[in-house]
Amino acid sequence: MQVFKKIGVGLAGLLASLNVYADYSWNFPEPVTPMALDTLHVHNKFMIISMIIFFAVLAIMIYSIFAHRKSKGFKAVADKAPSTAVEIFWTLIPFAILLLIDFVIMGIPAYHSVVMMEDTRDKSTMVIKVTGSQWRWQYEYLDGDAKGIKFVSNLTTSDDQLHDKADKGENYLLEVDNPLVLPVGEKVRILMTASDVLHNWWVPQFGSSRVAVPGFIRETWVQVEKAGTYRGQCKELCGKGHGYMPVVVNAVPMEEYKVWVAKKQEEQKAAGEIKEMTKEDLVALGKTVYEKNCAVCHQVSGAGLPPAFPALTGSQVALGPVFGEDGKYLKDGHMDRLLNGKGMMPAWKATLTDTEIAAVITYERQALGNAATVDPIVQPAQVKAARE
Amino acid sequence: MSTTTVAHHEEHSDHPTGIMRWLTTTNHKDIGTMYLTFSLVMFLVGGAMVLGIRAELFQPGLQLMNPDFYNQLIGVHALIMIFAALMPAATGFANWMIPLQIGAPDMALPRLNNWGFWLLPPSAILLTLPFTLALFGIGDGAIATGWTFYPPLSVQGGIGVDFAIFAVHLLGVSSVMGSINIIVTLFNMRAPGMTLMKMPMFAWGWLITAFLLVATIPVLAGAVTMLLTDRHFGTHFFDAAGGGDPIMFQHLFWFFGHPEVYILLLPVWGFIPQILQTFSRKPMYGYKAQVYSLWAIGALAVVVWAHHFFTAGMPVPALLYFMYSTMAISLPLAVLFFCWIKTMWKGSMSFETPMLFAVGWIILFGIGGLTGLVLADVAADAQYHNSYFVVAHFHYTLFAGGIMGIMAGVYYWLPKMTGHMYNEKLGKLHFWLTAISFNVTFIPQFFVGLAGMPRRIPDYALQFAEFNMISTIGAFILGFSQLLFVYNIIMCAKGGQKATDKVWEGAEGLEWTLSSPPPYHSFNEQPVIK
Repeated sequence: MQVFKKIGVGLAGLLASLNVYADYSWNFPEPVTPMALDTLHVHNKFMIISMIIFFAVLAIMIYSIFAHRKSKGFKAVADKAPSTAVEIFWTLIPFAILLLIDFVIMGIPAYHSVVMMEDTRDKSTMVIKVTGSQWRWQYEYLDGDAKGIKFVSNLTTSDDQLHDKADKGENYLLEVDNPLVLPVGEKVRILMTASDVLHNWWVPQFGSSRVAVPGFIRETWVQVEKAGTYRGQCKELCGKGHGYMPVVVNAVPMEEYKVWVAKKQEEQKAAGEIKEMTKEDLVALGKTVYEKNCAVCHQVSGAGLPPAFPALTGSQVALGPVFGEDGKYLKDGHMDRLLNGKGMMPAWKATLTDTEIAAVITYERQALGNAATVDPIVQPAQVKAARE
Repeated sequence: MSTTTVAHHEEHSDHPTGIMRWLTTTNHKDIGTMYLTFSLVMFLVGGAMVLGIRAELFQPGLQLMNPDFYNQLIGVHALIMIFAALMPAATGFANWMIPLQIGAPDMALPRLNNWGFWLLPPSAILLTLPFTLALFGIGDGAIATGWTFYPPLSVQGGIGVDFAIFAVHLLGVSSVMGSINIIVTLFNMRAPGMTLMKMPMFAWGWLITAFLLVATIPVLAGAVTMLLTDRHFGTHFFDAAGGGDPIMFQHLFWFFGHPEVYILLLPVWGFIPQILQTFSRKPMYGYKAQVYSLWAIGALAVVVWAHHFFTAGMPVPALLYFMYSTMAISLPLAVLFFCWIKTMWKGSMSFETPMLFAVGWIILFGIGGLTGLVLADVAADAQYHNSYFVVAHFHYTLFAGGIMGIMAGVYYWLPKMTGHMYNEKLGKLHFWLTAISFNVTFIPQFFVGLAGMPRRIPDYALQFAEFNMISTIGAFILGFSQLLFVYNIIMCAKGGQKATDKVWEGAEGLEWTLSSPPPYHSFNEQPVIK
């Protein structure tokens, strides 16, 4: 019954979408940037024109279908060969109307939108860098007080929810641990790139979407006019985790933003400090890092998904030596694999801190059914040294 | 051996029987039948895959498959439907009907024709084999990049990508051979008196399709070959680290990919007017205007490719150029729509199954065309791009505009090909089930797309749940209604009411002057067109 009700609602919505001010659940979500607002106007205008054309033509066809039927005894009336004047009239008038619709009524607003969309620099007050990687977004603030703030944003929806073992939360698949925080009213220039394959950073309410291309910088901008939390998703197929890399943006007033920046700078400073850690601390931190970043492919248990994603339990990489006799890390050893990646395995040196890398290596060597005897633990200082 | 050949040569009726007949045949009717049968089988295979996809999307959460397998299904579904269902169906009709319509005894290059067909089954196997191999632990399944092969994802992928590349190579070779055959046939074998501007519209549609194929398939073949060398031989065509550019692949791919849309549609635009005139009992309106429009669309098709990736980043002038040139396609297309409707206008219409499909086709393809027009707008495209809005749009053009068009053709020519009438009641039921369930499937997808659901995701946020549920129900009805179509075709091939030579009261054209079914070798003497 529920289904029939929904179909009824669907049909009602189809009719309602004729209206410019149609309920947004049938249309673009509420726009919160100048670009999204502009896009919505262009879209509504085009849709109305298209609908008018469609229903006018449909009406003519339906009339003809009912009137010009053999079963009603209607005799075919041959088309007369048109005289030149008539022919020119019939050709030029529809052409002129279409040219007007395509290139004036639709074309001019479209032109302005394009120019506005591509103008990332004028009046922009801050710059952030967005990096897509399989399957998470990284954000970096490039100027102002926030300069140097850098973090990774991961999906937080639990595995149980994905597999129907737990009730799905309100923001199922659209929730992250570290949302991007932006001040309201500022034009933010966004530089976009990717570390592995193509991604596309998209928040429907912002009206901007741009492909993140590895090895290239693409630009777009947002200027959020209204405080709130906005959610979107990656929309370029990027592998098996494509459905699991949401974008969440918190737009907050300037004062709140400044407080957040100060707090974040403080936190980041603390996290960057290199200190000696115990095995227990490393394993405990490593578990969190592992389950957030590695478990997608290598699984929570460490069993992997062979052949594409090898098991870590019993793996030579996780049990063999990390460092050579000269104290440097070995090629194709555990540290090398973490820092530089190989094949499908992404490089983590730009994503994780020294402490996190040390912790996750230790975790993989001492948990997941492993108990490495050679190089049993790795300290943050060793990771720092390895980077240099 | 040679003596028997000579002896039977006189009669022109000797051919092997059983499997050897089909393996060695150079007869255009046999080859056409094989193409159409292959297409129908692959249509069911591709359809079964999409039912798997829709079942997974029935409700949020992962119930049936892991995301990787889901990605394999979407890509292979698209490749099969485009290359193994729609294109062979159009080629099948071309083989059957072009010689009959232009009064030729056969296609110009019959052996090439046989070869062209027999490349298809191996390529279908290449496309689907990785699924089976994965069951035995070889490789990790079929291509999981979507049908578009975008690098770097496709460089990262497993052996499924290589299988798909080789499948596309074979399919491409087959298409180019088919195209050359059609071009040569149309230019050399028309009946005396049939000037180009007297050719049936179907022949015109196919002639332009053939030119588009010859122009664009080599580009696709080149692009996927570059991908292959990037994957295995250390080249960096699409790798920024080696001086390449992943977006260059998109340019090359869509230089083929956009004309491909018209390659799929032009043959349909050819025979739909013929169906309309038959059941309106009056000649088609604006023959010349239609021919010129087909050419205009064929020409525009190769200069608008970048509208498939506006969001990949392009200079403003390029964005504007691709936007306005795309919009310009609406001009010749509007002329076609005008001519189709004017053909119906003040005709004496009756609504047998082919006519139902043709009229439904105009309306539904119209929705595909109009949504295509709004998609051309760069700013709004930032929202539409890769959302379900696009999925709905191209199913209106390719399922309604392509496959439902092909179905109209099947019902139209089936009595001619088999010599029996199909079951009219079942045909009409098939039409109504298809048309209604098609809309139930895809209208909700417009809405979820606008609301922000990206395509190619195995699971979705809760706000999209209701529409996806409706869409899945529609898809299952749509899928199972096609069994009626298959049943109707099989029963019609086996027997049924005898079809007359003309079959339809208002049918015009050379194919209707032959018996139903036509003799194995037709037009041994060329007819003369006045």
